[in-house]
Amino acid sequence: MGGESRYMGLAYVMPYVVGLLIFTAFPFLYSFYLSFTDYSLMSAPTWVGLDNYEKLFTRDRTFDKSLKVTLIYVFSTVPLKLAFALFIAVILNYRLKMINFFRTAYYVPSILGGSIAIAVLWRYIFADTGLVNMFIGVFGLEPVNWFGDPTNALFTITLLRCWQFGSAMVIFLAALQSIDKSLYEAAWIDGANQWQTFRNITLPLITPVIFFNMIMQTVQAFQEFNGPYIITEGGPLKSTYLLPLYIYEKAFKNFDMGYASAIAWVLFTIIMVLTLIAFWSSKKWVYYAGDKRS
Amino acid sequence: MTVTTPDIADELALTEHQVRLRRRARINAAIRYTILAAVGLMMLYPLIWLIGASFKTNSEIFSNPGFIPREPTLDGYIEGWKTSTPYTFARFFWNTFQIVIPKVLFTAISATMVAYGFARFEFPGKKIFFATLIATLLLPNVVTRIPQYLLFRDIGWLDSFLPLWVPSALAGDAFFVFMLVQFLRAIPRDMEEAARVDGANSLQTLIFIVVPLLKPAIISVCLFQFMWTMNDFLGPLIYISSVDKFPISLALKLSIDTTEAFEWNRILAMSVLAITPALIVFFMAQKHFIEGISAGGVKG
Repeated sequence: MGGESRYMGLAYVMPYVVGLLIFTAFPFLYSFYLSFTDYSLMSAPTWVGLDNYEKLFTRDRTFDKSLKVTLIYVFSTVPLKLAFALFIAVILNYRLKMINFFRTAYYVPSILGGSIAIAVLWRYIFADTGLVNMFIGVFGLEPVNWFGDPTNALFTITLLRCWQFGSAMVIFLAALQSIDKSLYEAAWIDGANQWQTFRNITLPLITPVIFFNMIMQTVQAFQEFNGPYIITEGGPLKSTYLLPLYIYEKAFKNFDMGYASAIAWVLFTIIMVLTLIAFWSSKKWVYYAGDKRS
Repeated sequence: MTVTTPDIADELALTEHQVRLRRRARINAAIRYTILAAVGLMMLYPLIWLIGASFKTNSEIFSNPGFIPREPTLDGYIEGWKTSTPYTFARFFWNTFQIVIPKVLFTAISATMVAYGFARFEFPGKKIFFATLIATLLLPNVVTRIPQYLLFRDIGWLDSFLPLWVPSALAGDAFFVFMLVQFLRAIPRDMEEAARVDGANSLQTLIFIVVPLLKPAIISVCLFQFMWTMNDFLGPLIYISSVDKFPISLALKLSIDTTEAFEWNRILAMSVLAITPALIVFFMAQKHFIEGISAGGVKG
């Protein structure tokens, strides 16, 4: 805009640039450096080359277990949550009365889900004599040992995150509502049934938001900390000991900053590679309106 | 089902067909409402039960799956409020607000300024900085956490509230900046240009023209930041070590660890109090959101 120097804009973004350098760029590079060092806070970091990584991949049983559990958690939670969010969004998209009421009701868990209070509630709900087992008892079934069994314990955390499907659902719903209604009329005239309509019209048109939700939820799921920390405390038998818990313990309990940084970088690399694969594959399955391919 | 072209001559068949379609539609709607109501109940029952349970006695919590307490008591609240520490929960609420208030306030100010810079100006390095903003959106915090901790240790900020909000005051939450940039791009520049013609400088334009137009978006930034900060656990867990500085999230964790034999009614009562501010803000803002959208953004 006239009258002011071309550096005016830079003045406005200056807080961001300063913050970026101090709190993001420098820590990002420094953690990469730390991952090649032995650093226990008592003395300066000492360079150990690839030792940390070598130990991680060859001699660290906890890391193997933790990595496996993390992958199982992410690849079960994200698809379940997104499928459920999409299913509910599709139902809400029919012109139903009370849509606002339902949308609000479904969104409340998303607002609260990250809080410790809800993790505490979860810990109670799935306790041996907790709410879920009381309900199961009403139907005359045996109570389930939720936290004692490795598979069940991880599943309680998956359930907690699926319970928070609201934010993904709101994004799906907005996309569904923006679809041109005349497309459905055309399909109906052509004699398509509901499933065909969904499969061939709705689904392709919302692939951009599926892609968006998928990336966001995956990045988030890989960083899950509160759930396992509070609800299961990583157990039993480390069956819910996700990588962020391991990093936390190494860094802030054992103060083994070098090793913790190496684990963090492995986690970061996995997230980055998966994101890149997703972006690369998106050319094949994500449909953008106005695009010539179809 | 196949939709056959109705035979116009055969009116009886047509109406039968219509009746069948209408009945189908009614059954479908009934199925949809049933699913929605069942899911809604599943979503809300844990919360409703939580509120009910906070008024129950400890033994009833483990025997009554219903949410209405048989012998309502305030014991959970009274005993829970006292905590097992020398402080009451009032202290932990006060600590939480000492983090939340500066964080929300400075996030709103810095994110608005930075978004304005990106959306309305050309300057050297803009493309690179904007690209880093997008990259930061996807950057997992887990890689920057350890050096950030070391940095705050070196400047002597450990066990204070500063590490929890200062990065946000420098527009550290890329998501909010990005969101405001998107909003600004959708707002026509006419009014701003008119103001500039009338002699307003860019800062005056920002404060008197852009901020009022962006108000609904800025409010939602504040809202999300409020919720996220109230819920934040890992940040305080890393940086805050003295109990007298604990926010609610850490105090709740402490109460699970220290309460003898799990006095669940106390813990659940304090959990209810912990989520109350977020619930109040959410329901108040619901209305504000709708108003913001129906006001229609740009007028004139």
